[in-house]
Amino acid sequence: MGAGHAHPLHLPRDSAVHRLPPQVKIVAAFLGVVCVVATPREAFIVFAGYPLVLGAVWWAARIPLGWILRRAVIELPFVVLAVLLPLTGPDPRIEWLGMSLSEPGLLGAWNILVKGTLGVLTSLTLAATTSMRDLLVGLQRLRAPALVTTIATLMLRYVDVIVAEAGRMRLARISRGHDPRFLWQAGATARGVGALFVRSYERGERVHLAMLSRGWSGTMPVLSTAGLATRRAWMVGLAPVAVAAVLAGSGWVIV
Amino acid sequence: MGDRVSAPSARTSRAADAEAATPPSLEVRDLAYAYPDGHQALFGVDLRIERGERVALLGPNGAGKTTLVLHLNGIHDPGEGSVRVGGLPVERRHLREIRRRVGIVFQDPDDQLFMPTVREDVAFGPANFGVRVEELGARVERALEAVGMAEHADRSPLHLSGGQRRRVALATVLACDPEILVLDEPSSNLDPVARRELAEVLLGLGRTMLMVTHDLPYALQLCPRSIVLDDGVVVADGPTRELLADEALLAAHRLELPYGFTLT
Repeated sequence: MGAGHAHPLHLPRDSAVHRLPPQVKIVAAFLGVVCVVATPREAFIVFAGYPLVLGAVWWAARIPLGWILRRAVIELPFVVLAVLLPLTGPDPRIEWLGMSLSEPGLLGAWNILVKGTLGVLTSLTLAATTSMRDLLVGLQRLRAPALVTTIATLMLRYVDVIVAEAGRMRLARISRGHDPRFLWQAGATARGVGALFVRSYERGERVHLAMLSRGWSGTMPVLSTAGLATRRAWMVGLAPVAVAAVLAGSGWVIV
Repeated sequence: MGDRVSAPSARTSRAADAEAATPPSLEVRDLAYAYPDGHQALFGVDLRIERGERVALLGPNGAGKTTLVLHLNGIHDPGEGSVRVGGLPVERRHLREIRRRVGIVFQDPDDQLFMPTVREDVAFGPANFGVRVEELGARVERALEAVGMAEHADRSPLHLSGGQRRRVALATVLACDPEILVLDEPSSNLDPVARRELAEVLLGLGRTMLMVTHDLPYALQLCPRSIVLDDGVVVADGPTRELLADEALLAAHRLELPYGFTLT
């Protein structure tokens, strides 16, 4: 949309997936994750099917595999937790390469690892194909609480303003010789954060005043009818979910 | 002299015929206000602005200018006295229409422009005032066209220059089709070119305007008439050129022309 709110997880492209209305993509991503979570962990073969579905979506959205895998690194801290489970889990235990591993622990680790990874990849796909602005529009169309979407909309607008203000305050501090290297020198920075909070609070009041002056009555007015989802958009968007649902169902059959 | 004729000439002859029937754009009578903490900011302000006039509101810091402005669209309730906009009294039951009629452009565009894109921000006001979604697009286009920002409709206000932001802030108010534009320090933080461009836009609008400012040359350039407010009362009201040439008056109210300027 060229709105300029680039975030590192968004990959602007012109593809069928990018063009889908955001509310369709949000619902599809949510239901897709529900399918993954609902699949029994012992149905190992089924979990090979989900990456194929995601791969097809990436191909349609023209997202390079490497691009999305690099961003999936975000998951690593959770993986560490999963690795601990086989070592600390309960009996029965099995011997592997001289290590005594817990069987339920192994299954638990596999469960976290595979479902977590698929969840992260699905979220990344949604983020890559939908700008922040569209995500908010989508949530609004899905009737998310108005307060939440309004706060998020304002955040999106003001986070950069506040960051720029913090940057100016930092410049002013170091221009006067402030050179914090150790924890006990952080006092000035902490006070700066306090001042920033007060300034942001005051700005909030001024923004509210300006909004009232233009007739703000507590709910965001509907500004455009563009991008309302057609039946066809829902069908296209939910097609991968249908495949995922079949996968989840077959998981229950084979276990 | 040119200052005197410009306000009436802005009216069409038909409007002049109907002058008796046309209420003034703004009529403030005997307005007094004290803040909840007891600080009295306004002590009986009287002022009248006819349709099509451009008036500067001058005065030192703390004179009550901002307090007065916030009375015009009912953000503050008057302690005493009354405000009428285009004949309609500023009262709670008319608040929505009053806020449509009074278009305030605030000093910091970052306070005014709070939506992620310029287009959405300009659409915000008219949408609140009941313009239908199908007509919003055309309204937004017209308003942005009037300030020369049509090609930036889909950008974030964050990525605009100071002058561009100021003009978009003006467009957000123009889109509501106000009876009177109220500008709070429109020239602050603008470089000389942006300042001139804004002046050209404002002069081209042909709307009733009340401009709150410390920038005396800007007041002279844009407003044939000026009002000086100090300590919560109107202390002078007349042609801008005459007021600014009165050194004693300026000195008495902490106003002065920038270095190198003299008016005779």
